[in-house]
Amino acid sequence: MIKALGYFVEIIKGSIITTRHFTVNMFFHTLRLFGLKTKRKGAVTIQYPEERQEVAFRHRSLHRLMKRDDGTPRCVACMLCATVCPSECIYVEADEVSDPDIQKSPAVFIIDLTRCCFCGFCVEACPEDALRMDTSEIELARYSRKDLILDIESLLR
Amino acid sequence: MSDILITLIKIIGALIWFMLLSLYLTWVERKESAVMQDRIGANRANIFGIRIIGLFQPFADAIKMFFKEDFTPSFSRRFLHNLAPFVSFFFVAVTIAAIPFGSPLRIGGKIIPLQVLDLDVGLLFVMAMLSIGIYGILLSGWASNNRWTLLGGLRGAAQLISYEVALGLSLIGLIMVFPSLRFSTLVQNQSELIFGWLPKWGIFVQPLGFIIFLFAAIAESKRVPFDLPEGESEIVGFYTEYSGLKWGLYMFTDFMEVLIVSCLLTTLFFGGYHLPWLYADGFHFPWGGQWLLPHGIVIMFQVLAFNLKVFFFCWWQILIRWTYPRYRYDQLMDLGWKVLIPLSVINIVITAILIKIL
Repeated sequence: MIKALGYFVEIIKGSIITTRHFTVNMFFHTLRLFGLKTKRKGAVTIQYPEERQEVAFRHRSLHRLMKRDDGTPRCVACMLCATVCPSECIYVEADEVSDPDIQKSPAVFIIDLTRCCFCGFCVEACPEDALRMDTSEIELARYSRKDLILDIESLLR
Repeated sequence: MSDILITLIKIIGALIWFMLLSLYLTWVERKESAVMQDRIGANRANIFGIRIIGLFQPFADAIKMFFKEDFTPSFSRRFLHNLAPFVSFFFVAVTIAAIPFGSPLRIGGKIIPLQVLDLDVGLLFVMAMLSIGIYGILLSGWASNNRWTLLGGLRGAAQLISYEVALGLSLIGLIMVFPSLRFSTLVQNQSELIFGWLPKWGIFVQPLGFIIFLFAAIAESKRVPFDLPEGESEIVGFYTEYSGLKWGLYMFTDFMEVLIVSCLLTTLFFGGYHLPWLYADGFHFPWGGQWLLPHGIVIMFQVLAFNLKVFFFCWWQILIRWTYPRYRYDQLMDLGWKVLIPLSVINIVITAILIKIL
């Protein structure tokens, strides 16, 4: 019974915390309703589609393939990304290049976003820095699965 | 003829008040929980781009529920499965009939009590109807023929029946002090003063009874600290097999119960429609002053006071719902049988002794 009374005190403490949050936030909401701009807001919400926050520098967003100065892909089709990919969503087909320093380039480079888990291992594995995940594109929902299978044209941007 | 018309208007008015407020309680719950958690809450529902802080949200929800598929699983008892939400809904909806909104209104020599039905046993009627509401849960639990719903139904039956005892016992002290079961008399007796200045509200003469009633009533409305019949994180609860409007009816019943519990708390423990020191001809302050008011204004003040008290208790219950985690099942039963019921018996004994002495 006495132990229960101790809990009762804690219960009341909890309700005081929530009531304080309610009254303080309500106070700022009311000030805003009457057009008074305060430094502190009643809520920390960001109204997403209208207001956007910048995507963090390190965020792993949609992939892109890098280009050389002449416009050809930097990728040398070494298959390291396809090998390291845990969800096996990268498919690369190599093509021969006459330049002996490069030797190979991708003829087909497909990333299947329906399977991709955005772990970033492919970016880590790439020895040529040809693949990056820094486009800041995070709204990747599409109406059909076909649109989520990205080929080399849509990755080379 | 005019009596029937007046009664009909009162019934419709009370039901509209009840339904509209319960509908908007869903909005209040969303917004209040949001404000408590430093969020904004649902504010996207709009008509032609006009969104008044999300006030259209309840209607958007209602339309969504109407157009959802009303699915009845093939393995359920079809008739009972369909009946259950309506049982739950109906027996809560009728309780509003006994609640007084204000003292009788005089219009042209006619006296209209602002109460749909002034029963001799109004309090018993409300308690009985709230108890029958349990059958809705039981029926849905059994008739869905699903393990989760069965567990939910069993939990609901055990919980609600055990808290029913505490709920009834906590009110006996109150009935001893204001010796009546008729709501209008109960409220009328609370208009007197103690020591010449303190209104004789239920909370001042029955503080322990109030606390027990509060706990038991929140348990009766089966919302979060006591939401074991639903328990959405472990068993999905007694309405697992419901969808669309029938599920909506269950949710709506929950909010109606919140409202009716608020009405009961107001009527029994907070003087119902009485404002302190407001009498039939205006305010008479204990320090000597007075402010005389016409009859209509007094009634208006009373209805307003009743509504404000009810709103306050709705707010409070939603605050409680969004503050506390759920009880474990054995703790729930311990609280019901080992704490609330002994306390309410003690309350009865103390009240009886005090009545004998004073």
